[in-house]
Amino acid sequence: MALLEVNHLSISFGGLRAVDDLSFSIEKGELYGLIGPNGAGKTTVFNLLTGVYSPTEGIIKLGDTDITGKKTIDINKEGIARTFQNIRLFGKMSVIDNVKVALNNSSEFYYGSLHGILHTPKYHRIEKALEKRALELLEVFDLDKERDVLASNLPYGKQRKLEIARAMATEPKLLLLDEPAAGMNPNETAELMNTISLIRSKFGMTILLIEHDMKLVSGICERLTVLNFGKVLKQGETKTVLNDPEVIKAYIGE
Amino acid sequence: MKDENKKSKMLSIVKEKKASDISTYIIVATAWAVFEILIANGMISSHMKGLLVPMVYYAIAAVGLNLCVGILGELSIGHAGFMCVGAFTSVMFSNIFAETFPAPVRFFLAMMCGIAFAALFGFLIGIPVLRLNGDYLAIVTLAFGEIIKNVINALYLGYDKEGVHASLSAPVVLDAETGKMLINGPLGVTGTPRDANFSVSIVVLLISLFIVQNLMKSRDGRAIMAIRDNRIAAESIGINVTKFKIYAFTISAAIAGAAGVLFGHSISTLQSTSGNFGYNISILILVYVVLGGIGNIKGSIIAAAVLYLLPELLRGLSSYRMLIYSIVLIVMMLFNWAPSVRDFRSSMWMKIRRRKEN
Repeated sequence: MALLEVNHLSISFGGLRAVDDLSFSIEKGELYGLIGPNGAGKTTVFNLLTGVYSPTEGIIKLGDTDITGKKTIDINKEGIARTFQNIRLFGKMSVIDNVKVALNNSSEFYYGSLHGILHTPKYHRIEKALEKRALELLEVFDLDKERDVLASNLPYGKQRKLEIARAMATEPKLLLLDEPAAGMNPNETAELMNTISLIRSKFGMTILLIEHDMKLVSGICERLTVLNFGKVLKQGETKTVLNDPEVIKAYIGE
Repeated sequence: MKDENKKSKMLSIVKEKKASDISTYIIVATAWAVFEILIANGMISSHMKGLLVPMVYYAIAAVGLNLCVGILGELSIGHAGFMCVGAFTSVMFSNIFAETFPAPVRFFLAMMCGIAFAALFGFLIGIPVLRLNGDYLAIVTLAFGEIIKNVINALYLGYDKEGVHASLSAPVVLDAETGKMLINGPLGVTGTPRDANFSVSIVVLLISLFIVQNLMKSRDGRAIMAIRDNRIAAESIGINVTKFKIYAFTISAAIAGAAGVLFGHSISTLQSTSGNFGYNISILILVYVVLGGIGNIKGSIIAAAVLYLLPELLRGLSSYRMLIYSIVLIVMMLFNWAPSVRDFRSSMWMKIRRRKEN
């Protein structure tokens, strides 16, 4: 059974059909790529999947649950976490607090508001466990040394890593990465590829990736959907899709 | 070597955070002790003595407003309105039950009453306005503050054996024997027991500090700060943005209400004038918050104390008073906000700390 199933998804903004009849499905544990030229509608697909927009037509299913048109926070609780094309961290909070706040919805680390204000023994006990859990996550992403640095003071590559760590802290079933390699130099991209494969090996995470960097896509994605002007241009195994003349034409021109 | 330096730097940042919380309590307690000693030895004029309670309640209001502006990141220009609500509801309570309870119990209940009503108003305003993003809260709170002040200024409220009488146009006529006037229009509330003194105000300030500083270190506080830093990302990790905004704003209004309760109980005649609860006062509190450093609770208290006392202390200089006051404002702004000064400050701190460690 597929983890994510998207059926005949469409959205119109006025007369513009930004996404038109998109269908694809992602198996559990898979790394699926969504590529396409600028303005093809990739980020719109992400915004549809995470409830920022409601689709005009179509159904999105995560496992057995229909999540079409649900709110962003409910979709996150169902198990979809994302990163953003332009990094959105909590800049004036420390690195560890960025992760801690993402653990807010975990029932394991819940205490009532009054415990929080009065700093009761329960607060101290749970905060200690929370700190431990957050540190473990930071260690996985090699960010534990920067735990008390303000997130906005991190170098670019580490900010990207922290954003992924924060998304992982919500314990998602599916992770959406929106152009994670955008603005990175080759070294940082290589490190990012390591991070992504680490998430897969360590957490068995299912990932949907939007990317421009062809090296990254061909290096790690198993299957691809190529979008152009909101429509599916090609779908299938990475190698066959990337060698398809139509795809090459859409990307490079004739 | 370089790495080690970095590590020790980071460790010191953690320590600084914890120390900063406790130092705020220490500053307040020291200020209390100093003023109490000065009063006991008769080294303080009665004029100056009268300024102490207002100084503390403006500091409380500034702490409350800082929760809204600095921690939540929403601008409110109506905190004087919440002070007004807290002041009038609590003062009415004290007048009604003047003989029922002994003074400390009565004041405690009046405080609860004022806080509850201020919180209720904050909650009711928050529900529609905090769903929106942008500067709507500033506009609505500005209007709220003015409306509440003017309505209370026009309100005649009293009760007798036949029940409660209220009017917005003419004084209410009450039964001569059983009647009791609560709010007498522009004349306000008179004959309030003056339950608020300097020590009680300090206790309220310490409690507000405790609530705000502890809140900032809890899961709710982190959620609130996450919303301030990036609303869209906060939503994407499952934080209910509207809920936490209303939560923080309600607490902020409640703390302003507590400041209002102290206001109402520090004078025997409480009137709802512009000088007491107008938008100028809201701006004044905002000035304390901005100059003390947005999000910096300790700074708010220091700024409120200094900027409240300064114009009064400078009275002797007559016409140079406002000139010096404005220079102090500019210096404080530079001290807190100019990037070069901030860098200089943090490097100085680092040097002092290193010297201590060695």
